[in-house]
Amino acid sequence: MGYQWNWGVFLSPSASGDDTYLGWMFAGFKMTIALSLTAWVLALILGALVGVLRTVPNKTLAGIATAYVELFRNVPLLVQLFIWYFVLPELLPTSIGDAYKQSHPVMQQFLASMICLGLFTSARVAEQVRAGINSLPKGQKNAGLALGFTLPQTYRHVMLPMAFRLVVPPLTSEFLNIFKNSAVCSTIGLLELAAQGRQLVDYTAQPYESFIAVTLSYVLINVTVMTLMHKFERRIAVPGYIGGK
Amino acid sequence: MKRFAITAALATVLGASAVLPAQAQESLTLKKIKDTGAITLGHRESSIPFSYYDDKQQVIGYSHELMLKVVDDIKANLKLAKLDIKLMPVTSANRITLIQNGTVDIECGSTTNNLERQKQVGFTTTIFVIGTKLMAKKDAGIKDFADLAGKNVVTTAGTTSERLIRKMNEDKQMKMNVISAKDHGEAFLTLETGRAVAFMMDDALLYGEIAKAKKPGDWLVTGTAQSKEAYGCMLKKDDPEFKKLVDASLTKAMTSGDAEKIYAKWFMNPIPPKGLNLNMVLSDEMKAAYKAPNDKAFE
Repeated sequence: MGYQWNWGVFLSPSASGDDTYLGWMFAGFKMTIALSLTAWVLALILGALVGVLRTVPNKTLAGIATAYVELFRNVPLLVQLFIWYFVLPELLPTSIGDAYKQSHPVMQQFLASMICLGLFTSARVAEQVRAGINSLPKGQKNAGLALGFTLPQTYRHVMLPMAFRLVVPPLTSEFLNIFKNSAVCSTIGLLELAAQGRQLVDYTAQPYESFIAVTLSYVLINVTVMTLMHKFERRIAVPGYIGGK
Repeated sequence: MKRFAITAALATVLGASAVLPAQAQESLTLKKIKDTGAITLGHRESSIPFSYYDDKQQVIGYSHELMLKVVDDIKANLKLAKLDIKLMPVTSANRITLIQNGTVDIECGSTTNNLERQKQVGFTTTIFVIGTKLMAKKDAGIKDFADLAGKNVVTTAGTTSERLIRKMNEDKQMKMNVISAKDHGEAFLTLETGRAVAFMMDDALLYGEIAKAKKPGDWLVTGTAQSKEAYGCMLKKDDPEFKKLVDASLTKAMTSGDAEKIYAKWFMNPIPPKGLNLNMVLSDEMKAAYKAPNDKAFE
């Protein structure tokens, strides 16, 4: 199809003259990692909290948690991102909103992306945590209560230590997803891996080299995550349960 | 072109197939169009007034109209009774790839013909000449590029403007924060919501954005043009036969005065979606391009 391959493009000086295109790709790679990891921390904390709340006997608390999960899980990620980035600053008082919008654009883009990815993924983490808690035999909770533990104590000392270990394998796939979903953030101009790849295409008209490099970078990230998580899963697996021996 | 088509028809009828049909068959694009009875046109979604959707989601615009003229000539040249037109929206980021892999046969929108792109795709005769300028709010006090130091500036990803402003930022140490929006519509949204004080883009497109703004009177196009660029239609590289046909069709439109009429329709008269008049007078560069059609890039 008349394509001119040129792998040397990565080493040629970039259009702005201060770096090579490889440097651009690496900057995007670092941005993807930073964004995904911070969003993942947010997702784990919120997800664990909401997941636990979904299983408590208190109807109001469980209802709020359910609403949270349904809201963040059922609105498309892209729509959520646009709401965080474009809509929310308009709802702030004018002076605060304007000051925020005049701040450094990368900070705004990163913040919106992190919150968006973090909350979206937290809803999915919450579902996994809830499933983990519900998969425990009823007897465990009853035994804890019968021993004189309060409900929070039963969660803290009996159920959660088990449940969290059980949900590690499904959480691995959410962890992988967050890296892949982070590519959506290129749509608001955040220069992460996918966006840098696209920029490279725009500037050099070498789409195949660029997309191959981007693909391999995502593969590298995900293979690394999978290997590490696999080791972790083996260490914490509960004997007699899924994944345990 | 009509005369050319008749000659071609005659030549075939008279059995002088040694010249024309043999050449026509060399063009893979023309062969594909002939075999499938369909042509795929690449268009833009928000490049006002070149190629964009009106409020009924129909593709309209200056470049699009020229492209449809070309399609008529292709149809006549190939002697097809019926030619299906498939429309494929493209973006700044995917248009080159879609031409290369043959998804799109021809794209007329707002694509700059430059030397880098010429390595990957072919360009037809220049259909428009623009200068890259700034759009800002009238009361923002932005007159030229020097006023942008230390401020947030938006441009569209994948455009020449993006490259120029990033380079200017490096070369002159202006400490601008450059935001790269996904398309012109989103770039203007970034400007309109106050995230950026100015939007750098091709002047014609900036006028186009003003045409769809909530309050067109609030905005102005300003600054010294940082570059001149020639827009061309993109088609596959290494298909001289197809390019020749398209170029001949565009040249005919330009020298016959049809192109200038189309220009007047889109740049000097009220256009959808808001019925605003861009009032862009035909520039000297444009007059030259119409007078002596050529496919030269400015850079």
